[in-house]
Amino acid sequence: MTQDLLYSIAGIVLFGIGLFGVIAAAHIIRKLIAINIMGIGVFMVLLATARHGTITDPLPHAMVLTGIVVAVAGTALCLWLALQIHQLDNTTSKDQPQ
Amino acid sequence: MFLKLEFQEHKLSSAGLSSATRYLLGILITVLSAALAFVIIRSEKAAPDLATLATNKLNLSGVENPVTAVLLNFRSYDTLLEIAVLLIVAVSILPDRLPIPAATAKIQFLSNMHPHSVNPVLVGLLKWLIPLAIVMGGYLLWTGAYTPGGAFQAGAVVAGAGVALSLAGHHRFIWQTASVRISLSLGLLMFVMVAAANAIITGTTLQYPTPYAGSFILIIEVAATVSIAATLLLLFTQLKAMVEFTMKGNNQ
Repeated sequence: MTQDLLYSIAGIVLFGIGLFGVIAAAHIIRKLIAINIMGIGVFMVLLATARHGTITDPLPHAMVLTGIVVAVAGTALCLWLALQIHQLDNTTSKDQPQ
Repeated sequence: MFLKLEFQEHKLSSAGLSSATRYLLGILITVLSAALAFVIIRSEKAAPDLATLATNKLNLSGVENPVTAVLLNFRSYDTLLEIAVLLIVAVSILPDRLPIPAATAKIQFLSNMHPHSVNPVLVGLLKWLIPLAIVMGGYLLWTGAYTPGGAFQAGAVVAGAGVALSLAGHHRFIWQTASVRISLSLGLLMFVMVAAANAIITGTTLQYPTPYAGSFILIIEVAATVSIAATLLLLFTQLKAMVEFTMKGNNQ
């Protein structure tokens, strides 16, 4: 079992945890954290599979760098929308009584 | 209230899923993860064609770090669109409806709110930390041409300095000023201008001529650093202000 493989499997585990969270959590912020965990899992797999012995493939690295920035921006936008939802109807969870 | 709602105990078990459904979901996701892991273990790694291609063409890119070469030369279209995404998010979060604080004749970007309630230890730390973070950002920006680093890392570090300043509580950032909007859009503007200039001279938009590639990349990266730092700081401070605004409204 090589080091790259260990990173890939850890990434897949993170993806699974995130996927469970997205489906099972009720609160918007919990869902958002779960989506971020999923994304980090995907980044880890991409980075770990980019290594070919001594050569490192720069393309997945550039892609992950782009992905991190877009993920931060997307998370901020989602938080902003969650705040707007909260201001409009005072709920942040889909099964919360109004 | 928003912050109190978050982690109430009864919220942990809900989403309308029964406990049996949750177990089933857990099992399904475990099976899916195991299948993915199996695929990764069994799959042969693809031959590193693109990696060798990128490394072999590195001397055409104007930089020595392959990741920077991919980001800003070989696949600079991706980076252009990414900076556009950042600008779109920044515009959608810009405070149009938040009240302009304490109308003064001349609005400054950074204003001191409570000059008399200053914690000397905190100020002493920040006086060291913030210039250090800015210098660190400049170093990361410059070193991106040779080793890991570049506009995104530098922008994140500089934005971190702003977040520290914002959390210290003595200063506030006022995003209604014109200079802010310029710095938010500088990265995209400069990118498009370089592409347009290149199109006029050589006839292709993002295919830089090798002798000038290094300078083009440096120009774009400096502008992108300013924009990225400003955008990340805007996201942080606006969400913070919005939460405080919401909480104040709920307390009344």
